[in-house]
Amino acid sequence: MMRLAAAILAAVLTLAAHADAPKFKIERGEACVAPTAEMRRDHMDMLLHQRDRTMRQGIREPRFSLKNCVDCHASRATGSVLGKEGFCSSCHEFAAVKMDCFECHTPLRQKRTAARP
Amino acid sequence: MNPDRREFLGWGAAAAAGAALAPGFRLIELAQARSPQEAASKLQRWGLLIDITRCGECDACVTACHEENGVTGHGRPETDAQWIRKVNLRDKRTGYAQTLPLMCQHCEHPPCVDVCPTGASFKRDDGIVLVDKHTCIGCRYCVLACPYGARSFIHEAVSGQKADVPRGKGTVESCTLCVHRVDRGGTPACVEACNKDGGKAMAFGDLNDASAEIHRRLKREPSSQIRADLALNTGVRYQGL
Amino acid sequence: MASVQYREIDGRSGGFYALLGMLGALILAGLGGAWFMEHNGHYVTGMSNRIVWGVPHVFAIFLIVAASGVLNVASIASVFGRDLYKPLARLSGLLALTLLAGGLAVLVLDLGRPERLIVAMTHYNFKSIFAWNIFLYTGFYAVVALYLWTMFERRMNDYSKPAGLFAFVWRLVLTTGTGSIFGFLVAREAFNSALLAPLFIIMSFSFGLAIFVLVLMAACRWTGRPLGDVVLKRLRNLLGVFVAAVLYFVAVHHLTNLYIARQHEIERFFLWEGGIYTALFWLGQVLVGGIVPLVLLFGSASRRALAAAAACVIVGGLAQLYVLVIGGQAYPQLMFPEKEVASSFFDGVVAHYAPSLPEVALGVGGVALALALTAVALKVLPFLPRSLADVEPANA
Repeated sequence: MMRLAAAILAAVLTLAAHADAPKFKIERGEACVAPTAEMRRDHMDMLLHQRDRTMRQGIREPRFSLKNCVDCHASRATGSVLGKEGFCSSCHEFAAVKMDCFECHTPLRQKRTAARP
Repeated sequence: MNPDRREFLGWGAAAAAGAALAPGFRLIELAQARSPQEAASKLQRWGLLIDITRCGECDACVTACHEENGVTGHGRPETDAQWIRKVNLRDKRTGYAQTLPLMCQHCEHPPCVDVCPTGASFKRDDGIVLVDKHTCIGCRYCVLACPYGARSFIHEAVSGQKADVPRGKGTVESCTLCVHRVDRGGTPACVEACNKDGGKAMAFGDLNDASAEIHRRLKREPSSQIRADLALNTGVRYQGL
Repeated sequence: MASVQYREIDGRSGGFYALLGMLGALILAGLGGAWFMEHNGHYVTGMSNRIVWGVPHVFAIFLIVAASGVLNVASIASVFGRDLYKPLARLSGLLALTLLAGGLAVLVLDLGRPERLIVAMTHYNFKSIFAWNIFLYTGFYAVVALYLWTMFERRMNDYSKPAGLFAFVWRLVLTTGTGSIFGFLVAREAFNSALLAPLFIIMSFSFGLAIFVLVLMAACRWTGRPLGDVVLKRLRNLLGVFVAAVLYFVAVHHLTNLYIARQHEIERFFLWEGGIYTALFWLGQVLVGGIVPLVLLFGSASRRALAAAAACVIVGGLAQLYVLVIGGQAYPQLMFPEKEVASSFFDGVVAHYAPSLPEVALGVGGVALALALTAVALKVLPFLPRSLADVEPANA
């Protein structure tokens, strides 16, 4: 009985380990506005802090604007950071963390070259 | 006189002179236009001056505003957002008719800011009244509180927003005085369209800047506020009302 | 006086489960309505950019105002020391909590972004009376829960007087705040008045007591507990006084407005030319909500008359709030004196509003939630006295 339970547990865990890691394309190969590890860990803090400075005080730093993030990271195919292989949505759907940024902000790249970081 | 007292007076005079000159230095900076990376400043106060005797059937301001800010209709006039509208007046006794554009008046003492429970409706230091959509819970109390009916509630999901103007379902919005343009040294879309295609009725500028055209006109010519009795000190002034 | 014995209700009869089932269905309908509004956006409702607070708010404000008023019975017992009301105090406290829960649920579910409730509870603009109300409502829960505890816990009984006094003051501030939500607004001719705060206080007394009477009579009847005439006589007289007081405030409000030339237009709207609002004012608020209950309460001694009067007060109260909240928004804002006004944003005209099904479902769902919570609580804890039969007149 115990061996059966152990076998089932092992099977489930093996399956889980092979679950799809998020697939996303970083469309621009050069550096982001901050090192990758820092971006992964702190992007939400950066977004929140910068958004309050822009909103309340009117400080507009082009490098750190959401528009700039979207312009760089939007998929070449769809032009959006949402969708099947969208930069933002692929990780967020994998982690099941709902984001509501793009209910208001447009997820589409604007028709111009992005500002360099 | 005691030498210590003399020294003290000397320092005092220097300090007073510095205090008197310091705002002047800041003003000189501002006369060269604020860069987007700087914070909005209390020394500036953005405003509009609208001469409604030059307004006719034209609604270039309305079209331009809604185009600039991505405000699209859904064929539902009661719930569709309107950031600016033309209001037609007719005197009840004399029949005299007028028309004027009405938008958020960017009051100095905005009732909408006073009533917002979360502080989402706020006034920036340079006088522009905005809604922080990140904190807005969509209670619509500010829509009730605005004496000008300037606010709209977004009644449906929004897509295809302009990059500079985020808008979303369930929050409240109103005229932003094209803050995204103003911060980059531009003028609101309504003013631009009026001067290009309309009756040249609208002027935009810094009400606090003595060298600004709008400041000088307000000083020379009569003007009025809508609902001046409420003592809100609006940033939008009208002529010909 | 003999100590009162409280006991939970049995709550195992077919009738009880049928009641819970019916209330549950109404709650589900309300939740469905809320989901429909939130998912599609408010364009599916009758609310618009001119009338932003509709039927859900009428119900929510009614429940919240009644919640603070229903605590009166307990206050009369604890604060003013009337022994006759002491056995009723627990039920009074319970209803205060459940009615408030129902009202707040409706209010929150109607928000444009109800998922941002956490934002509302952590970001406060203390210049806003609405923010104060959020703080007062959530605090009310703690205060009344504490008060109930002093009543339930024998060792804490001595503290029920100070706890009751604290709750009494808190709910006066709370109801003043609710009235001031409208009273502080300069933008609408119908609201801008200091009279609205005391009007809401007296409305809370009236609506709260009417609900209390109905719930008490139903609870005793359906669980076979005796309910004496002495208690009901006191409640009957009290309700009559409150109804008369509400009529007085309304009369003063309108008479003052009629004296002021500038207010003539809006008085003509509410009293004569406002269509549905005029009908609801005279027939709903004044007749059914005021005159009929007074006739029933002071003209008849029967229980049926008392119950009918209480029901009329509730209907009249809903009508009163509909006229105040929705009628007040429908009337155009006066920006340009002596001018006829027209625009694409419906300036200058009476705004159109028709309640939609999701709104009504949500409002009614809130009422059902309050009643369902009450029924379940009565089964779980001893809120209801075993007997409210008349005591021998040896002591008061």
